[in-house]
Amino acid sequence: MELYGFKVPRFTALLFWAALWEFVGQFELLLLFPPLSEVLMALPDVLTTPSFGEAARLTVASYLGGLTLAIVIGVGLGMLMGLVKAADNLLNMWVNIFLSAPLSALVPVIMILFGMGMPTVVVTVFMFAVWIIALDTRAGVLHVSPSLMEMSRSFGASRVARFRIILWSAMPEILAGVRLGVIRGVKGVVIGQLLVSIIGVGALFSLYSQNFLMAHFWALILILFAFALTLADLIARLETRIEYYAGARA
Amino acid sequence: MNMNTAINIQEQAATDAIIEVRGVHKVYGETVTALQDINLDFNRGELTSLLGPSGCGKTTLLKIIAGLLKPTSGEVRVNGRPVTGPGPERAFVFQDFALMPWATVVRNAAFGLELQGVAKAEREARARHYVEEVGLAGFEDKYPHELSGGMRQRVGLARALAVDADVLLMDEPFSAVDEQTRRKFQEDLIRLREVENKTFILVTHSIEESVYLSDRIIMLSPRPGRLNRIVTPEIDRSGDPDLIRRNPEYLDLIDEIWTGLRAYVE
Amino acid sequence: MSSVQTNSGLIAGPTSRAFAMVGGTPLLWRLASLAIFCAVWEIAGRTNFNWAFPTFFETMAALWSMLADGSMIMAYGRTLEPLVIGLVISLSIGVGAGVLMGLRRDAEWITLPIFITMQAAPMAALIPLITFVYGIGLTAKVLAVCMLAMPVIAINSYKAVRNVPPSLVDMSQSFMGSRSQQVFKVILPAASPMMFAGIRLGVAEGFSGVVLAELLITPTGIGDLITFNRSIAKFDHMYAAIFSIVAFAVIAVSLLHRLEITIFRPEKRGA
Repeated sequence: MELYGFKVPRFTALLFWAALWEFVGQFELLLLFPPLSEVLMALPDVLTTPSFGEAARLTVASYLGGLTLAIVIGVGLGMLMGLVKAADNLLNMWVNIFLSAPLSALVPVIMILFGMGMPTVVVTVFMFAVWIIALDTRAGVLHVSPSLMEMSRSFGASRVARFRIILWSAMPEILAGVRLGVIRGVKGVVIGQLLVSIIGVGALFSLYSQNFLMAHFWALILILFAFALTLADLIARLETRIEYYAGARA
Repeated sequence: MNMNTAINIQEQAATDAIIEVRGVHKVYGETVTALQDINLDFNRGELTSLLGPSGCGKTTLLKIIAGLLKPTSGEVRVNGRPVTGPGPERAFVFQDFALMPWATVVRNAAFGLELQGVAKAEREARARHYVEEVGLAGFEDKYPHELSGGMRQRVGLARALAVDADVLLMDEPFSAVDEQTRRKFQEDLIRLREVENKTFILVTHSIEESVYLSDRIIMLSPRPGRLNRIVTPEIDRSGDPDLIRRNPEYLDLIDEIWTGLRAYVE
Repeated sequence: MSSVQTNSGLIAGPTSRAFAMVGGTPLLWRLASLAIFCAVWEIAGRTNFNWAFPTFFETMAALWSMLADGSMIMAYGRTLEPLVIGLVISLSIGVGAGVLMGLRRDAEWITLPIFITMQAAPMAALIPLITFVYGIGLTAKVLAVCMLAMPVIAINSYKAVRNVPPSLVDMSQSFMGSRSQQVFKVILPAASPMMFAGIRLGVAEGFSGVVLAELLITPTGIGDLITFNRSIAKFDHMYAAIFSIVAFAVIAVSLLHRLEITIFRPEKRGA
């Protein structure tokens, strides 16, 4: 974006929106938005309460647990689908159904099966993240160049060596899937806790809304958003680092 | 001496140059010079090739003539009028065909006319005529993905012919087509020139192709793109197009050009 | 045909690739896959590993009884209202904003960061806030649907416009098409496959939004069926309700894809 010949950096647009938010909040134009300054003031308040520490610990722990599970099982499932045609025919449909299904409807089931605690949140994160990882891994495996496979066979590579070649060749797609899984996982960890509602940030949200603490509510949302965007950005950086060899592959 | 050449150029322009390129520079960003001081005339009714290795700016020059790119300095005149953008007297044939996947062969071929606001019945009749002329009779209602690469480029050619422009600008039209199809296409282009009285400017990196087809070959050298040499093949193309490929003049000229271009590769 | 599919898969991302793949699996395999799923469900239910896990047939019987007594149809009537209103709003604003961002740099600069944030961030966290401000009525639910559905629609429309092959734009320019001809005859049709992929994702998200709203804000419609049946321990009915909304969403999304092909993709019809 250029304005009168000057390059305007991207992030300045966010400053504009922040200013607009403050304006809307100050003049109480939209009930939804308290002034941004008030929200920022509430930030340290939120960050220092012991219940926030507890919620953060639970959120991070269940997020990492669910995501690890999703990556391990998702990559495994995707590899299986990419390599075994029969498995692909049987599983493909379900992976795609779960990819576009309203997964939040399944959370009540998860709650019954896993109780009203952390395991439910872990499983929710897993359910949100696993399908896209599996699907992208599958796509990556199917895109491995046939000439590369013929090369490895003609040079007498063992099964294990061939498997390693497939895994590395599929890495760009796997990482793309993981990045989407990371973003979906954050949604999962929030939705899971909201629906369970008696633990973690879910409990904090109900606490704040019961006490009409709008600014605190928004502060917590900002923290969650920052968490999500930082994660997405980190993975995107990792991806560009790996891109140079993905480009060489194509 | 200097004055003499200037007068010569003007005289030439007055006689039969349909496109005049005058002092064209093109700089990308701040530093990359794609074209440096290009002065050229393209004669009416001739087929001129722009030949050179990749990076010599030949496509850039063609797009400047088409009015799709603006030169950093200098100007292009068509029929004596300076170019400010695309015009009805020029039609472009794209390297990647630029066909609309959602439209049939006829609608693609008629698209130039559609943009001009020609009524549907008339534009389709004209498009059908040219679809037939480029050898695609029977494929009028197919979609691009149902055609081979060579056939898709024929649609692109029909689209350019249908708007009845004086000049056809072809950007590596055969580079995305396999060798057999390319040869057939080249032969058909020679026949087409007998029917359609048009000026062709063809960008290519194939020495054989340029010698086979052109009345004049303009060789550009890379980084920065400059005028290197102009060759005028004197090849009789009236007989069997296949015989040209065995014509000693054709073969000698290919060798000669290759010797000249070799320096840029090594 | 296959080249076209890979092509659209490339630009439209994983989901449209997914839809293309489902279409490619033979019917027999899909039926076998369905049968195995039901069998596993039935067996798992019969092992009684969890007191609240009904068998497949119990669930289907519950589904049938809810359909027969009309309670499920009533529930869907209530659920569809915020969903449809929310989706219509999301579609018009999302597609409009996305196309505008794709066509104009200034619109992109000012609006894109908002939509990128909305797509990457857990918007569901705002649902309790919306309830807090707008109460438990229709407005809050419509907003919930919009918040989840709109970002993905807008972002995909934006990317779709940006990914239009430059040579097609050059082409319309070289044949002296005006800006409006360029937009309506070339850019929008060329962008439509990816735009529709985004719309399908948006509809799926919208379903998620309405279910979340009905579970979090106040139980109505299908959310009420889930919550109520859980509270009275009629788990087969609860599972049937969940099964129905998942199936409904998946069927709606694939019907949308079918509709897109029959109306907007003449080149794929019959091919």
